[in-house]
Amino acid sequence: MSADALYTVAIPKLVELDNLWLIVLFPFLGAVINGLLGRQLQAKFGKSIIHYIAIGMMLCSFAVAIIAFAQILTADDIAIVSQAFPMIDIGWLSVNFALYFDPLSVVLALIITGIGTLIHVYSTGYMKDDPAYWRFFCYLNLFIFSMLLLVLGDSFVLMFFGWEGVGLCSYLLIGFWYKDMKKATAGFKAFVVNRIGDFAFITGLFFLFWGLGGHWNQNNNYDVHSNRSYEAIPVASDATSVDRLTSQDNKELVSQMPSVVFRDIEKQMTLSVRSAETGAIQKPFADALTEQTVGGIPLVFLICFLFFLGACGKSAQIPLYVWLPDAMAGPTPVSALIHAATMVTAGIYMIVRLNFLFVLSPGVMTVIALVGACTALFAATIGMVQHDLKKVLAYSTISQLGFMFLGVGVGAWWAAVFHLLTHACFKACLFLGAGSVIHSMGFLKSHDKSDDTEDNSIQTEPTHASVEEKPSPTDPQDMRNMGGLGVIMSHTRRTYLIACLAIAGFPVAAGFYSKDEILWKAMSNGQTFIPGWILWSIGFVAAGCTSFYMFRSYYMVFYGAPPSEQCQKHAHESPRSMIHVLWVLAGASIVTAVLGLPHLITGVDAIFAQWLAPMTAPFVSTTGVASAAWLEGILIVASIGIAVIGWLIAKHFYHSTHASMEKRQQWYQQFRLVHHTLYNKYWIDELYQMTWVRGFKSLSHGVATVDKFVVGLVINGGSKKLGQAFHKFAQVLRLHQTGYVNNYAYGIAIGTVVLVLVAQAWF
Amino acid sequence: MMDLISQITVSGLMFWFLAAVTIVGGLGVALSQNILYSGFCLMITLIGVAGLYLFLGADFVGAVQLIVYIGGILVVILFSVLLTKRIGVDKTTSSWMNRGVSVLGCLALLGMLLFSVTKATWRVTETVSTPTTARIGDGLLREYLFPFELISVVLLMSLVGAMVLARRAAKDNSGQQQDSIERLQ
Amino acid sequence: MNIGIEHYLIVSSFLFVIGMYTVATRRHAVAILMGVELLLNSASINFVAFSHFVEGGISGYVFSLFIIVLAAAEAAVALAIVLSLFRNTNTVDVTESVTLQG
Repeated sequence: MSADALYTVAIPKLVELDNLWLIVLFPFLGAVINGLLGRQLQAKFGKSIIHYIAIGMMLCSFAVAIIAFAQILTADDIAIVSQAFPMIDIGWLSVNFALYFDPLSVVLALIITGIGTLIHVYSTGYMKDDPAYWRFFCYLNLFIFSMLLLVLGDSFVLMFFGWEGVGLCSYLLIGFWYKDMKKATAGFKAFVVNRIGDFAFITGLFFLFWGLGGHWNQNNNYDVHSNRSYEAIPVASDATSVDRLTSQDNKELVSQMPSVVFRDIEKQMTLSVRSAETGAIQKPFADALTEQTVGGIPLVFLICFLFFLGACGKSAQIPLYVWLPDAMAGPTPVSALIHAATMVTAGIYMIVRLNFLFVLSPGVMTVIALVGACTALFAATIGMVQHDLKKVLAYSTISQLGFMFLGVGVGAWWAAVFHLLTHACFKACLFLGAGSVIHSMGFLKSHDKSDDTEDNSIQTEPTHASVEEKPSPTDPQDMRNMGGLGVIMSHTRRTYLIACLAIAGFPVAAGFYSKDEILWKAMSNGQTFIPGWILWSIGFVAAGCTSFYMFRSYYMVFYGAPPSEQCQKHAHESPRSMIHVLWVLAGASIVTAVLGLPHLITGVDAIFAQWLAPMTAPFVSTTGVASAAWLEGILIVASIGIAVIGWLIAKHFYHSTHASMEKRQQWYQQFRLVHHTLYNKYWIDELYQMTWVRGFKSLSHGVATVDKFVVGLVINGGSKKLGQAFHKFAQVLRLHQTGYVNNYAYGIAIGTVVLVLVAQAWF
Repeated sequence: MMDLISQITVSGLMFWFLAAVTIVGGLGVALSQNILYSGFCLMITLIGVAGLYLFLGADFVGAVQLIVYIGGILVVILFSVLLTKRIGVDKTTSSWMNRGVSVLGCLALLGMLLFSVTKATWRVTETVSTPTTARIGDGLLREYLFPFELISVVLLMSLVGAMVLARRAAKDNSGQQQDSIERLQ
Repeated sequence: MNIGIEHYLIVSSFLFVIGMYTVATRRHAVAILMGVELLLNSASINFVAFSHFVEGGISGYVFSLFIIVLAAAEAAVALAIVLSLFRNTNTVDVTESVTLQG
């Protein structure tokens, strides 16, 4: 060992456990069995065999997740790695199929397998009448497999594999009813928009490895061939060099080898080396990224920004959010699982997982926070006027994801992940509640077989739906067709109410604590280039809108006009499999609050904050405002206040009776322009249509015109003379062409001989 | 001493045997009137060449020669013989005139080649044969990675191209069949 | 006697010339293809021999592998062309399909 003193920050201690990779095997097996044999099994044994297989696999997977969680909870070691098999082994680079369980990934694994299992159970009721039952469960299991790989994979390779896998499953499930052109198109749109993000993501990866590439292997002091790694010991240790080699404590190997494994790169990024000669402390890898530039842009900014763009695509942020509302064309359990609880949070997960990179670039962090806050407000305002129940929830999801990005952007890692957790619970509950309502309103559709879902914005002729437009009487998702369902579906109503309270930010449920923590961190952080109070106020207004549109949907669906005769005759409470799931999720939305009780109330840091602390880098600097407990108290009261205001306004306009209907109409008339803008989603889809899609089309037309006239003219007109000359020449030359292959072979041979002879004579 | 000499002799005999097999096979390809016999002679030549490779210590290349060349390419060639031709009906070589000129040209070429081979001084470093498979595998993924990928693309494209050519022929054929059926009716 | 590099080069020269002769005189399309295979093999022998005798590296082996791959590609395309030719002209005699004659 050299005399250099080497340091690294604390990295979770690592244990190896071999069998935990089974967690991804189970859903994969389920998908394979149902995918290959599902049709035959369903024909032979009925539909129940399909969901027994799928749910059984999910339960096994969930059990493994719990085992991993228990391991991390009880043991000192706070990260487990489970190696399955080596995948790529080229030169110095080796990539293993290995899963990494640390506090972050295990929480996500629990969400995915837990909520995934619940939604599988729910789907047995919801999809009961669908002929392609086996296909649905095959896709669901495949999705769980990909999502687990995304979250648990310990390297960029596996993460990217899962990242693309969930995109594929999302596409398959949005277009599950592919015979409906609009639904198939919605899947297509999701896929294409996601491609933009994925392209940015993989470009970011290339830049990252390009930037680090020069510093791998390049070590002045060590022979990389014979001694590929060296030890780094904590500063405080005064052990002799012999001790360093033998002692197992406080020892952390920092490999300088090329690696795609997150924890290796994290160690390399956080590694500091004190130069033996000058005593200066350097960060060889982190400096490599912060000091290089590409076209004048710092490399680290570029990498993080591209990663963030990738996250935008997957997590539906401005400007790539347009696919998510259309994605509601898929079956409702899919919307709940993929487009609310799990897949769309992949972007958040990715940024939190790579927090060691993102903290290097406050610029990108500012962008993330700003985009998150703007998306939160933007989507919330659109959600306030939509009539389609699932669209409201879709915009709500975009808005809540915006909150998470705000949290991530200000370095409130744990708060963002905590909001991810609570959002998964209450949004799944809301979606499944909506599914329960839609399922029960399904009779509307049976009256008229014609397709009547909300207009998809892909179509070339943008529709300018006006405020006064009457609801389609056969649309089971239009809230104007509902009303008064609370009497009929009391379980659904109560669970929906609980989830509403959670998302709107009433302190009885978990959503309040996570959202409030994000807002508080937005206010108190001193790192972003935008003052905290601006971010806070955007988020604050968005929170008020959230409360309004959630209670608006609640009152429109369950209260308002008494149910029509048709409704009373046909609408029904959903089967028990669905109701039970709703109650479990509603319970979870309340109980998880315990994990996030803030410092202000309990006097200690929130449980969840302690849980995630070991693997997130600090970003928030404690400016003066951060320690002001009185300010935090005031902000909490303000948050509750605006939630109540939102609720009261919604109640005023939508609770019931004729009077509120008239008030609503007046209100609409008064703010016609605003309402119109919001209802048409700020015409963003149309804008994209006009700029990008049409732009590309006219560009192609232009190129075609140039080709036809300019190129065509030159070739046809100007070169006629030249062509005649060549023709004459060819008349002579063509005599050489006998058409006999053998003669050509002669030519080659004789040519070679002559060439060699000439060369011989010449030199 | 005797042992050594006999060893050398055995390896020398081995080489001459393989060389003879190769060249005689080649002559068979060139001179046989029956195209099918040419094919079998080609197989003998290819086996001889594989033997030469093994003799040179190129175990992996020799094995590939046996598997791919003889197992794959030769079979494809014989296929094309059997699919296109009634055996032994057509005259397979060209006129005397043509052959005479060819013999002269080829002898000139041979003379030139032999002259340059024997005249040149080869800076030979006698190497000990070691198994090459691991080294080739390593090389294909390092310094030859790009050519390796490139040749894969070439192979893929040519296979797709072959398929397109054969498919179009098949479609034409089915059309012809339909025509003939219509004519029969 | 000791087998040196010249021996291999001579063998490959013979093979090359035989291949050349086959290509030049045969009229059967597939026979011409066989001649080309002979040519390729003679080149391949050279590569392997040089790799064995002159250089320590593996370039020659890799080149001969690439030659085998190219031969495979060539055989596949040639088969398709020959089949196409046979269907269109009902012959595989290259002296009869001379539509490219100038």
